[in-house]
Amino acid sequence: MTSIAKPPVRHPGLHKNVLGFTQRDYEGAMSTLCAGCGHDSVTAALVQAAWELSLPPHRVAKMSGIGCSSKTTAYFMRQSHGFNSVHGRMPSVTSGANAANRNLTYIGISGDGDSLSIGLGQLCHVIRRNVRMLYVLDNNGVYGLTKGQFSASADIGSTSKKGEANVQPPIDPVLLALTLGATFVARSFSGDKAQLIPILKAGISHNGFALIDIISPCVTFNDHDGSTKSYKFTREHEVEISTADFVPLRREITVPETDAEMTAVTMHDGSTVRFRKTRDNYDPTDREAAYEHVRACQLRGEVATGLLFLDEHGSDMHAIAKTVPTPLVDVPFEQLCPGSAALQKLMGQYR
Amino acid sequence: MSGVNDFAFKMATVNGTGSASANSLLMQAIFRMGIPVTGKNLFPSNIQGLPTWYEIRVNADGWTARPEQVDLVVTLNPATYAKDVANVRPGGYLLYDSSWPLEADLIREGITIIGIPFGKMCVNAFERDRDRTLLRNIVYAGALAALFEIDMDVIHEMLTEKFSKKKSLLDANFTAIRLGYDYAKANFTCPLPFHLKRLDKTKDFIIIDGNSAAALGALYAGATVGAWYPITPSTSLMEAFTAFCKKFRVDKGTGLNNFCILQAEDELSAAGITIGAGWAGARAFTNTSGPGISLMQEFIGLAYYTEIPAVFFDVQRVGPSTGMPTRTQQADLMSLAYASHGDTKHIVLFPANPEECFYLSVEAFNLAERFQTPVFVASDLDIGMNDWMCQRLEWDDNYKPDRGKVLDATELEQVKKFSRYLDVDGDGIPARTLPGVHPNGAYFVRGSGHDKFGAYTEDSDAYQEVLDRLTRKFESAKKVVPAPEIHLQNSAHIGIVSLGGCHAAVMEAVHNLRERGIVADYMRIKAFPFDSPVKDFIDSHEVTFVVEQNRDAQLRALLAIELGVPRDNMTAVLNYGGMPLTSRIVVDAVAKHLEGVAV
Ligand SMILES: Cc1ncc(C[n+]2csc(CCOP(=O)(O)OP(=O)(O)O)c2C)c(N)n1
Ligand code: SF4
Ligand SMILES: [Mg+2]
Repeated sequence: MTSIAKPPVRHPGLHKNVLGFTQRDYEGAMSTLCAGCGHDSVTAALVQAAWELSLPPHRVAKMSGIGCSSKTTAYFMRQSHGFNSVHGRMPSVTSGANAANRNLTYIGISGDGDSLSIGLGQLCHVIRRNVRMLYVLDNNGVYGLTKGQFSASADIGSTSKKGEANVQPPIDPVLLALTLGATFVARSFSGDKAQLIPILKAGISHNGFALIDIISPCVTFNDHDGSTKSYKFTREHEVEISTADFVPLRREITVPETDAEMTAVTMHDGSTVRFRKTRDNYDPTDREAAYEHVRACQLRGEVATGLLFLDEHGSDMHAIAKTVPTPLVDVPFEQLCPGSAALQKLMGQYR
Repeated sequence: MSGVNDFAFKMATVNGTGSASANSLLMQAIFRMGIPVTGKNLFPSNIQGLPTWYEIRVNADGWTARPEQVDLVVTLNPATYAKDVANVRPGGYLLYDSSWPLEADLIREGITIIGIPFGKMCVNAFERDRDRTLLRNIVYAGALAALFEIDMDVIHEMLTEKFSKKKSLLDANFTAIRLGYDYAKANFTCPLPFHLKRLDKTKDFIIIDGNSAAALGALYAGATVGAWYPITPSTSLMEAFTAFCKKFRVDKGTGLNNFCILQAEDELSAAGITIGAGWAGARAFTNTSGPGISLMQEFIGLAYYTEIPAVFFDVQRVGPSTGMPTRTQQADLMSLAYASHGDTKHIVLFPANPEECFYLSVEAFNLAERFQTPVFVASDLDIGMNDWMCQRLEWDDNYKPDRGKVLDATELEQVKKFSRYLDVDGDGIPARTLPGVHPNGAYFVRGSGHDKFGAYTEDSDAYQEVLDRLTRKFESAKKVVPAPEIHLQNSAHIGIVSLGGCHAAVMEAVHNLRERGIVADYMRIKAFPFDSPVKDFIDSHEVTFVVEQNRDAQLRALLAIELGVPRDNMTAVLNYGGMPLTSRIVVDAVAKHLEGVAV
């Protein structure tokens, strides 16, 4: 992997958030991804989302598996804790960390290979467990880091760089998550910062597992004619497909009015990806309707984006496990160890 | 030779017929009579219909290993008649259900055959089919009580404790026990030549299985996160932990739990949860068996290289592959010691019995945090699932968990730039921080190549420097892990080395060898890595035997690799058919080898 300077991130001056941090304080190490990689745009959006939410950096744990996408946890929030674990298993590591310390903000970054092939089982079960975390799935239809093999999200007929067409049906993480009972399901596009940031913020604030599937084109292996996950990121397109808005903390999340229902993004290679925005009257709390909407778009060859489903009343892992509100790491040892008298009493039962 | 308070008997039944409670009733009654006793449940990997045996050994001297032969067998499973009859020692007894004619398979010269019509008696005494099947076990327990002179008051006391809330069940059990007892008294000379006589030798003891004891250790060590995927023979460890947590860890005011137990989707996930929790600062563990250990390999390497504490209980069963899930072995030694790809070495502890499962479980959490590394407790099915008589467990209220070098907020306040893998103290152990504690403590964990500052690297020297420090850390663990237990006799030229669940049989073998004029020293290894006393022991004996329960002499291989002792200087004594080791196997192997060697 060649190391190329990351694309410039625009700073709104040296504006400070309520914690007194500038956006720069939420940046990370220099990205080593290919110039123009969609994942870098996601990183930039995360920086802004975290800054806008005024997250205390050291209270954030960035979790990832393995892949170009998973590397990006190093490229934002350098003052936060990071854990680049093993391929496809970030969900379990995050489940454990969250079990131990429920009061941190967990941001998981994964790829379509990491999540939908080797880690499909872990993804399904972290959804079922409803671990409170933001789960970003940088979806490029390929294994970037191992040089362009098809991933499980590649569409039938989509071609690889070498020209061969994918014949196996794709796994759609959004449909999967809806089926498995996920309480926050969204999809966006790495080139659409205006849509992305509010969704990321909403996901971070969600009380449970928040999946955001982000179409994040791989400029090196999947950005050619015939690929269904290529893109051309122009400023205009970003504006045009903006949809969701996010009002932080304990206020109703609204899906604002939009000017168009569907946006066709013209790729620089001339192909198009069409993004279906959520409608004005779209009810993001109706799971069946969300499923139907995503399926209907899919059948028309469109990609439904936006905050697709939200249930703020689900029980997260700790509610299910009935754990104390204090993070388990902070429960004093004296409260955990029953002591010698209790042991002697217990011994009576073994006689 | 068998005699009063020195004999063994076994019940051959079909699994799923409810014999377990009758069998443990018998064992516990003997225990309450103050007589040392052990029980081994030899059961199939099946829910209903396959052969199962329960062996009880009574021994006033406290020998607890599995007997080679039994003095009496109760045969209630036609499918295993031939095998069961063959297992009775010459001059022993066979007790069969005479509701049906005596089958040819059961007839053998030189043993006494006793028939009791258990089936018919139950049909006459009980209405429901279920009772007729279940209570048949209590009827044979009653017969054995008469034949062995088990104190009926003790049995009554135990039944009363057990069924105090269910009067009808209590009455039915009383009836059943009496049926067997009275029949035996009326029809045979009771007691048999080998029988029981009250002693006072079990006062300070309990009867417990290793999995329960290990779970208690995790509870007392302050483990808060447990992750697992069901697998025999380790399942009962997490079940016990769950039960203990429900008893001792529920907040009285709120009813909320001071623990989080997650049944994962597989062992990979269980390992990931354990490591994630360890990273975040909890004492966390997972329990599994061979197939699970295979699945956890990649994660184990991650924890080793990123230096995250995690405790793994491996209750070993017979492998490779699915193998024999309900039989015992010690065949994971190599795969634990060097678990995962690349250069890895791990601390492994070898409990010999449930009592040590408790203490070594506590120790494992200390070691894991002190050395910031995965630690394995290598138990086995025999220890984990069978009832052993052990010393009462003790707890020192002055115990403080050794959390290792974890920088707290105050310390971090003073730190300008925290670097995760710097060997500041020269012992190979760097300081770690926990997420969320202080802004100065944030760092990036990566399983990919990293230098001593924790930064990504592909530089040979920087990579090697970290790897070499990990070696130093492992070296310093040698001095801290439990030392071997060494039993010396006067001027012995022979040394026996063993570990874990072989202990009871080897101790008895050493005793029996001495009676045959063969004097042997014995060293029981309690942990990997090995320190110099282990090598000294081997070096100081002309002939060394290494006794273990696997085919490939894995302990011997580890000793050769780690200590440089020539492999062929150590004679392997192996038992790997899945049944617990007996002293006879050891005695015979040693004696046979010595015939060809002048000592
Ligand atoms: C157990 C294991 N198998 C294979 C690999 C090799 N590998 C590294 S990244 C990767 C695919 C990553 O694809 P994806 O998650 O889509 O990330 P991307 O690079 O496309 O962002 C593979 C197969 C590995 N690291 N570990
Ligand atoms: S290979 Fe593709 S996914 Fe990986 S950094 Fe380059 S553009 Fe991004
Ligand atoms: Mg990918």
